[in-house]
Amino acid sequence: MANRINMRDRYKHMTRLGWETSYQPMEKVFPYDRYEGIKVNDWNEWEDPFRMTMDSYWKYQGEKEKKLYAIMDAFSQSNGHLNISDARYVNALKLFLQGVSPLEYQAHRGFARQGRHFTGEGARVACQMQSLDELRHVQTQVHGMSQYNKFFDGFHEFPWWHDRVWYLSVPKSFFDDANSAGPFEFMVAIGFSFEYVLTNLLFVPFMSGAAYNGDMSTVTFGFSAQSDEARHMTLGLQAMQFMLEQHEDNVPIVQRWIDKWLWRGYKVLSLVSAMMDYMLPESPMSWKEAWEMYFEENGGALFNDLARYGITVPSYAEICAKEKDHLSHQVWGILYNHTAAAAMHTWVPDDAKMNWLSEKYPDTFDKYYRPRFEYWRDQEEAGNRYYSQTLPLVCQTCQIPMGFTEIEDPTLVAYRTTEYSGDKYHFCSDPCMKIFTDEPEKFCQAWMPPQQIFQGNCGGEGLPAVLEHYKFNLGADNMDYAGSPDETNWNKWKGLDGAGDGQVKAS
Amino acid sequence: MAVTAIGDYPARPRDGVENFHGNQMVIVGWDHHLMIDAPMAFPLPPGMPFGALVSEVMPVAFSAHPEWEQIDWSTVVWQLDGEAFIPDLEASLEDNGVGHKSLIRFVTPGLDGIGGSGS
Ligand SMILES: [Fe+2]
Ligand SMILES: [Fe+2]
Ligand SMILES: [Zn+2]
Repeated sequence: MANRINMRDRYKHMTRLGWETSYQPMEKVFPYDRYEGIKVNDWNEWEDPFRMTMDSYWKYQGEKEKKLYAIMDAFSQSNGHLNISDARYVNALKLFLQGVSPLEYQAHRGFARQGRHFTGEGARVACQMQSLDELRHVQTQVHGMSQYNKFFDGFHEFPWWHDRVWYLSVPKSFFDDANSAGPFEFMVAIGFSFEYVLTNLLFVPFMSGAAYNGDMSTVTFGFSAQSDEARHMTLGLQAMQFMLEQHEDNVPIVQRWIDKWLWRGYKVLSLVSAMMDYMLPESPMSWKEAWEMYFEENGGALFNDLARYGITVPSYAEICAKEKDHLSHQVWGILYNHTAAAAMHTWVPDDAKMNWLSEKYPDTFDKYYRPRFEYWRDQEEAGNRYYSQTLPLVCQTCQIPMGFTEIEDPTLVAYRTTEYSGDKYHFCSDPCMKIFTDEPEKFCQAWMPPQQIFQGNCGGEGLPAVLEHYKFNLGADNMDYAGSPDETNWNKWKGLDGAGDGQVKAS
Repeated sequence: MAVTAIGDYPARPRDGVENFHGNQMVIVGWDHHLMIDAPMAFPLPPGMPFGALVSEVMPVAFSAHPEWEQIDWSTVVWQLDGEAFIPDLEASLEDNGVGHKSLIRFVTPGLDGIGGSGS
């Protein structure tokens, strides 16, 4: 006759699944959390701030799923995609599904691996739960976007694209780097830097962008993920504090990882900056405002807290502070140049948008960027939309085309170059170069899209062969928004001027 | 520094010149003309004359810029891998010292991008 056990014992039995091994020494069973140099005195000091057991986890998540899918069903039955502000908005969702959702899956894999490799059972179970959350996130995102895939281009081959298309190499290489690091570095990379420090700059722009632009499907997903994200942030911070408190020798190692991963995350977010300032027809806030609120203010407070461990704000924070006036404009220019090879549309911002950008970026937009856009608009009106015909040099670390400028001169590309075992390597910035020189064996094997095309590994020579290899529907997935099937269909559905005879995309 | 790894971690560079089928990757950037978003990369035979790079290859990347036609080539200031450089147009890339993943920058005095914006 089993008695019901009390909550405390129940928690212990449901989450503490480890034991001291006897057939094999512990260090052979858990070799991976030792080689990075992080010293742990006592794994029992790992605190679990949630005290959640697996059975309550299933119950709680199951309830959220039910609500989420009810709303997504209603969205598709009522043709909710027709309520968005404008079809240009959908390009933000394309970027999300191509670039971010596959990272949810990578996070699922990464946390599953750490859930095996940490010696401490508290850390293991927390990672296992996050691993399941992340799998749920990618699944719900794919389901949520499937409604858009029935009506718009640029969704249909997202996993294939994520692994091959040049701009998706930016988020992909970021996560490949984290997943090929040791478990402690992974926790600083993803748990702390990405989930704790930078997450607001990723999810808030997409979710509030969705709310501002009438996309209830994505808003609902955002709400459903919110309580998961709160747990992920807490896990990231807990991992950080644990490492710093266990041994003072850990501090310089952790500092180097923070410096590396906040920069790597920042570079991935530069794609989000362009999305915020250019793709959203209705903008909740500018990239610059978001950076000031979520990094400079909130991040500043966090680093004040970490100062007692001897952790300092990365020295490049000054670069970011100056670059916030330029970042989104430069990245949108990059995407505009290479839209022929992208599975999304770009366009020249209209007058209202340009005026908004002038207002948000009074020191830079009119001076450096408006002339470029106005010239492009003139060319477009003359039937001569500019598309780059060649491949850009991309940074060996962040893999973004080298379109970023010197902090002291926004008209000059920032070039940084180093040599390693007889070859030259090029970088967009000092921090990207430092990341390389710290681990040259790792980054010299990076899969660089232009180099891979030149080596003949992407379908052949010339753009047509590459685009076929990418599995693009030419003229539908790529090129300018003006004249795209997305535009034609949207105008027809909404009864707007310029409605052509475009066909509704077969689903 | 070196990577911290649990076992051997030999360096295996992916982009050695031997992987480019007889070509080498050459990079060209036009200072103060950021309408062309970034320096552009080309796979070129090392024996190509520098003059052919200027007259046949560079236009593909840069001629869409409204100032391209206005360039006075006798005044152009060149840089190769960070050093001032005067190319010999008749000589090959290789004989000009242009190697695999070399970076060539050029400045066009008096031309500062669309409306002087650096674009
Ligand atoms: Fe997630
Ligand atoms: Fe998360
Ligand atoms: Zn970079």
